[in-house]
Amino acid sequence: MEGAGSLLPIMALVPFLGALLPGLFIRAGRNACATITMATTILAIVMLLVMAPAVMRGEVLEARIDWLPQLGLTAGFFLDGLGLLFAGMILGVGLLIILYARFYLSPKDPMGQFYTYLLLFQGAMLGIVVSDNILLLLIFWELTSLSSFLLIGYWKHLPEGRQGARMALTVTGAGGLAMIGGMLILGNIAGSYHLTDILEHGEEIRASEWYLPALILILAGAFTKSAQFPFHFWLPHAMAAPTPVSAYLHSATMVKAGVFLMARMWPVLAGTNEWFYIVATVGLITMILGALIALFKDDLKALLAFSTVSHLGLLTMLLGFGTEAAVIAAIFHIINHLTFKAALFMSAGIVDHEAHTRDIKRLGGLARLMPITATIATIAGFSMAGFPLFNGFLSKEMMLEEASHTEWWHSHYFVPVLATLGALLSVAYSLRFIFHTFGGPVRKDYPHKPHDPPFGMYAAPGLLAVLVVLIGVMPWLVEPLVEVASSATAGAHLHPHLKIWHGITPALYMSGIAILGGIVLMLLHRPLDAIWLRTPRPEAKAIFDALIRACADGCRWITTFTHNGAISRYLAIFVVTSVIMGVIAWMGGGTMPATRPIQPIPAIVAVGWVLLLVATISVATMHRRRFRALVLIGVIGLMISAGFVFLSAPDLALTQISVETVTIMLLLLALHFLPKSTPNESSRGLKSGHTVIALAAGVGVAALSFAFLTRDFSSISEYHLANSYKGGGGHNVVNVILVDFRGYDTYGEIIVLGIAGLIIFALMEALLNGPAAARLRNWDFSQDRSRDRHPLMMVVATRVMMPIACVVGIFIFLRGHNMPGGGFVAGLVISIALLMQYMASGFAWTMSRQKIEYHSMIGWGVIVAGLTGVGAWFAGKPFLTSAYGYIHIPPIEEFEWATAALFDLGVFLTVLGAVMLMLFSLSRIARYAGETVNITAMDYDPSHPEYTESDAEEVH
Amino acid sequence: MEIVVASTIGILTAGGVYLLLRLRAFPVILGLSLLSYAVNVFLFATGRITIDAPPILQDHGEHLTYTDPLPQALVLTAIVISFGMTAVLVLISLGSFLESAHDRIDMIGEDEAETLEVDE
Repeated sequence: MEGAGSLLPIMALVPFLGALLPGLFIRAGRNACATITMATTILAIVMLLVMAPAVMRGEVLEARIDWLPQLGLTAGFFLDGLGLLFAGMILGVGLLIILYARFYLSPKDPMGQFYTYLLLFQGAMLGIVVSDNILLLLIFWELTSLSSFLLIGYWKHLPEGRQGARMALTVTGAGGLAMIGGMLILGNIAGSYHLTDILEHGEEIRASEWYLPALILILAGAFTKSAQFPFHFWLPHAMAAPTPVSAYLHSATMVKAGVFLMARMWPVLAGTNEWFYIVATVGLITMILGALIALFKDDLKALLAFSTVSHLGLLTMLLGFGTEAAVIAAIFHIINHLTFKAALFMSAGIVDHEAHTRDIKRLGGLARLMPITATIATIAGFSMAGFPLFNGFLSKEMMLEEASHTEWWHSHYFVPVLATLGALLSVAYSLRFIFHTFGGPVRKDYPHKPHDPPFGMYAAPGLLAVLVVLIGVMPWLVEPLVEVASSATAGAHLHPHLKIWHGITPALYMSGIAILGGIVLMLLHRPLDAIWLRTPRPEAKAIFDALIRACADGCRWITTFTHNGAISRYLAIFVVTSVIMGVIAWMGGGTMPATRPIQPIPAIVAVGWVLLLVATISVATMHRRRFRALVLIGVIGLMISAGFVFLSAPDLALTQISVETVTIMLLLLALHFLPKSTPNESSRGLKSGHTVIALAAGVGVAALSFAFLTRDFSSISEYHLANSYKGGGGHNVVNVILVDFRGYDTYGEIIVLGIAGLIIFALMEALLNGPAAARLRNWDFSQDRSRDRHPLMMVVATRVMMPIACVVGIFIFLRGHNMPGGGFVAGLVISIALLMQYMASGFAWTMSRQKIEYHSMIGWGVIVAGLTGVGAWFAGKPFLTSAYGYIHIPPIEEFEWATAALFDLGVFLTVLGAVMLMLFSLSRIARYAGETVNITAMDYDPSHPEYTESDAEEVH
Repeated sequence: MEIVVASTIGILTAGGVYLLLRLRAFPVILGLSLLSYAVNVFLFATGRITIDAPPILQDHGEHLTYTDPLPQALVLTAIVISFGMTAVLVLISLGSFLESAHDRIDMIGEDEAETLEVDE
């Protein structure tokens, strides 16, 4: 069945694609919008039906799209009986809900949005039940939380809707997080993230020491989603949603996701004591608690919500029993609960829609006014109560049968008695729902005169009511479906026999007690209600709100403490944390013995080291005198360049010394406009604190460096050294790595550098057009300056040096492939040569001789480098594969030529353009500040006293 | 020799961190420059220390050991990029100084009320 299986991913995708349509079709009217949404769902149903026969035969359909198989990341889908049951429920009920919502939503509600959210949710749910990869399942799981948030909060104007949506998202989202942990543990134990593999490793997983943590985490996800005690409180609050949402999410789909997950994981996780005591007990508590609260709720939807909680508890309990018969009962009850509960929700919605209230105490006597709705609700309600001939009876009998022989902590009575109590309460609230709403005399004080709705609105619940009776009378109709689904759940072939009459069994007695007791309870409701209302109860919402407020306050306290607006505090926290983590790592891991011999320290190195030490300490202590600090920084940079020379890194030394030069120029330019000194602001205590932090960081880093410097290592550089000449055609391995082996990195880096240059240019544009421009125009240069800004000697010297510097630059560029040098250094050298002209001869003079825009130079650089890379494609090689050869032009000696050199040219152009653009942008400020710009090379001629600034022209 | 390189990295880091914790933009930029030196030397040192063996392949001659070229290539681009970063920072701090007439980098205790816009 290869062909059918490949439909799976498409089916899972259909609702998501369809979600794009309602928003468009709403423009064609509400009917068109509903129709296209239904069409989407019908399409998915058709696909499911195509695949259904194979699954019913017991096959498992699979489809797998590999993404990163090494990491276990594949989009894997599979469909077995359990998946088929749930997918059918999701899509089938989805279709009915779409129909119902068409009539339920008022013209004021944005219907396109509603259907989009609904389809998103449908897709997410469908994804959960057909996922094979548990990571994929987790994604869909989170998507249901998100899309249900949108649906619950659909009526944005209602505060209850928003709060309910937030609460649902918080609880289910937190559970989802826990589940991620559990699933990862599970995947780790099984060695695969595929459900099909995990399901085969049940023994291994149950025996693992990580079984209990994984179980608890996964159950946390399932319990929160399926509203199990103590997480049951979010479900009633989510009832603020429009009724179609409640009917869909809270009867058929989302709350069943948790049950689905427990069923899915049943072969792996079930059967242990831990599973039984956690799952069955929580289920039992939830069943009774939910039923008890439901009995005393006056809001129809709240009553149904708590009854759903109760029934989910029942399902959880059945799965918790861990027996195969209980699994059959659970699967059968899932089907039955779906039919009657969705019908009841829709009936409650109709009552609300027609009578404009859902308060039971204001209703009654509706049977005469809306007979059709009353009939539907009564049928569904009797099924919920578990009366014979309705489908709820059958699965409840099976539940009681299982409960009757379940032993809990050496007690034979605990589970049966409580299960009967749960059933009893269930009868009571079901009857209350029916008779207090529809029974009794017709009242005169309804907020709105009720009558039966149009056909479209009761069609969906009516169909479900028919199913309730059909299954109730002829249970063998669904037997095949129950068989494949329960077999898939249990991982073994099960043979359910669904019958109405099982003979006189304990379950029949329990059922009888439940029905009689329920009727009595229902009759006693009024006095009991009075007692209930007087009894103090914990209010879940208040507790939840207090908890959230405490979390928010805690977070706010931490944030205001750490983020008080002083960046030095954040940085101090960051540095201290890093040091502490380093210390922890060192103490935890220890170090291996040193393996490398210590090399001697030559005297010249010691001198350089002392210079660097003194300069650094001086910068730190005298940084308030900014010019002095700059000079000292220059000393440090020089020492580092010298160090690179000494430690066999000539390329680095060349780069460092030229970068050093441009950095100092840049800072000098900036300092022209910044304050020349830093005020002494920090207190003595703060300074010593910072000193301690700084020293700790320094000692830590030094210790780390010393630790690895004295130990051997393995490097991939052997490859580079061996192939530099053979593969890249160059002797300078560093350069070959830059332009060839790791050309991609370099390509990225020159782009970054180019972007940095453009950012500076753009920032300067913004600055000069903003409020700073006015401040600049009134700039007052406090310091006296020499009139001789462009001294004769310097102008002449730089002119002479310009061609020499250019030749040096070109030389460094050309020899780069074989000797220290290359595009980076050459670009820096040429930019220094140009900067000298700016400094010596002035701005205007140099500008008028500049032919190429720096922006375009950056662009050309990137283009040249990129095209070189693209060129490799024409030779059928990957991007940036280099080629080289030898060219012989007669008078010159044979020389080597590599495409890498062309790439290096791109690097050169970008570096030159970026550096020049940065410094050029900075110097533009000076012109804004009203600094005069000379148009000739020399603005001051000492031999002509009258020839002074009259010739200087103001250029802006 | 190892102790010299390691202590150099430590000294530069300590100086850099101290300046980084100052309150004005200019010393912070200087601090970042010092830290960049430290990081560059640190990265470079991961190739271990070899004296007098630059990674320039020799066709002849007896000494055929070379230092590790890979960290050098990485550091070379790092030096250039850190210049770009410094330049951007300088310009941002210059811009903020020109706009607000001070070069403080924290947001507490400001005199001008209009700049005290801590969002709540």
